[in-house]
Amino acid sequence: MTARDGGDRTLGEAAGISSRSSSAATVMPALTVTISLLGLGLLWSLAANTWPSRAFPGPGEVWQVLLREAASGDLFYHLGATLGRVAAAYFVAMIVGSAIGILLGSYRRADRFFNPWVILFLNIPALVIIVLAYIWFGLNEAAAIGAVAVNKIPNVVVTMREGARALDPSYAEMAAVYRFGPLDRLRHILLPQLQPYLAAASRSGIALIWKIVLVVELLGRSNGVGFQIHLYFQLFDVAAILAYTLAFVAVMLVIELLLVQPVERHATRWRRRPA
Amino acid sequence: MQPVGAAAPLRVDIAEKTFRSAQGVSVMALKNLSFEVQQGEFACLLGPSGCGKTTTLRILLGLDRQFSGSFQLPEGGSNRIAAVFQEPTLLPWRTVEQNVRLALPKDLRAKNLDALFDTLGLAGMRSLYPAELSLGLARRAALARAFATEPAVLFLDEPFVSLDGRTAGQLRRLLLDVWSARPTTALMVTHNLTEALTLADRIIVLAPRPSHVLGVFDIGLPRQHRGPDATNGLLRSFHQKFPGVT
Ligand SMILES: Nc1ncnc2c1ncn2[C@@H]1O[C@H](COP(=O)(O)OP(=O)(O)OP(=O)(O)O)[C@@H](O)[C@H]1O
Ligand SMILES: [Mg+2]
Repeated sequence: MTARDGGDRTLGEAAGISSRSSSAATVMPALTVTISLLGLGLLWSLAANTWPSRAFPGPGEVWQVLLREAASGDLFYHLGATLGRVAAAYFVAMIVGSAIGILLGSYRRADRFFNPWVILFLNIPALVIIVLAYIWFGLNEAAAIGAVAVNKIPNVVVTMREGARALDPSYAEMAAVYRFGPLDRLRHILLPQLQPYLAAASRSGIALIWKIVLVVELLGRSNGVGFQIHLYFQLFDVAAILAYTLAFVAVMLVIELLLVQPVERHATRWRRRPA
Repeated sequence: MQPVGAAAPLRVDIAEKTFRSAQGVSVMALKNLSFEVQQGEFACLLGPSGCGKTTTLRILLGLDRQFSGSFQLPEGGSNRIAAVFQEPTLLPWRTVEQNVRLALPKDLRAKNLDALFDTLGLAGMRSLYPAELSLGLARRAALARAFATEPAVLFLDEPFVSLDGRTAGQLRRLLLDVWSARPTTALMVTHNLTEALTLADRIIVLAPRPSHVLGVFDIGLPRQHRGPDATNGLLRSFHQKFPGVT
């Protein structure tokens, strides 16, 4: 789910998806997913046997490489490096993007002035931002993470701006009458209303970010999944390329299942019991 | 029973309040509106729909500062204000109890609310979310929130509209119960004359837009003596004093 590109998921889905899951209802989809993935693996294996080539290894071969890389510790070292960059870029992009988005959504005149900037940044290719960041700030970690975050920030701004426009003023007025402090307003008034938008921005965000992180690593870092893929590309070792890719997709899936979905379920628990 | 709260009354003196729409159309909602509510008194603002009652309350609540004139909220006591809005305006993502406690100042957050929840019949509903409440129960929760803060002055904007007659009557009795336990200066907006005659010490009658005070109707009768017959009598003398106001 994480690997799916953002944008195609509506807000309603993002907010409501976890509300329908119950133990009985989750068994069938899980079974379907397993069978579907097994089918894909089978097809892959058949195709690899039909056209044997070093450029098109079968699943068994990829699995062997995966075990070898895991045993040497390389796999976890590079996965960890990439995961760290994904996490850092994600938090920077979400915090900066949300702050800007909420400001633009709340102040119409600021929005009118800065909207062209947002559109401009939305349309700058990721590669350009990465290259410029490396040229201006050097081949370092901050430039790498910053470049990824800058690529993601305009998307977050657009989503959170929608969220801020949809804020219900009556809650803010209630908070004003009862003299809520700034922290209480944030925790109990603002964030709960923005939650579906935060969830939508997060989901499309993680997917986009990890793809860009690989490019950043390929161009200017000496570790991470992107660096490894670059290395094995020069060696024409497709099995290793696939091994690293699949390993990272698996990591992202686990994060989705064990972190993102439970957090979302918790945040939307009040929706689950309609009167 | 000792009236709690303020020594100074609630004093309102709004010279003018005009709305200007984006298209340049202006609507004068209030013109020379002035009245007072004594400390510990329950007053009703009665006026036809659209005359500017909600506008007046929003000014007094500090939510609308675009007006000319002045007002003075009761001083002393807690200095807090509380409001029951036309809609319950509970936070859907917080339980009933959290909704009530969040409105309390930090030093009262942990206070015992059992008696209040009991009086309002909400004892079993404290851990429910607002979506799980009927409108009547949500309105009770909004009342609980307002009274829990022990305000110096309480504003209510038609808190019982769109309820069926029986539920509205029940809620009026509950309102009187909690209010009598701690008589607070209260100003309630309504366009229901019978409701005003049941609840209020005084009724401030407003003219249609642009609104000003037509006159004040003092109900001398203590609330416990306002049976059906007495209420009919009050209705008659009200109509004598304000012919044409329903
Ligand atoms: N934001 C606004 N912009 C323009 N006009 C407004 C605005 N708010 C209220 N008005 C106008 O001001 C007048 C008074 O409105 P208000 O809501 O105070 O009436 P009300 O007495 O509370 O009516 P009701 O009993 O229906 O609630 C109405 O004519 C309304 O159309
Ligand atoms: Mg109104």
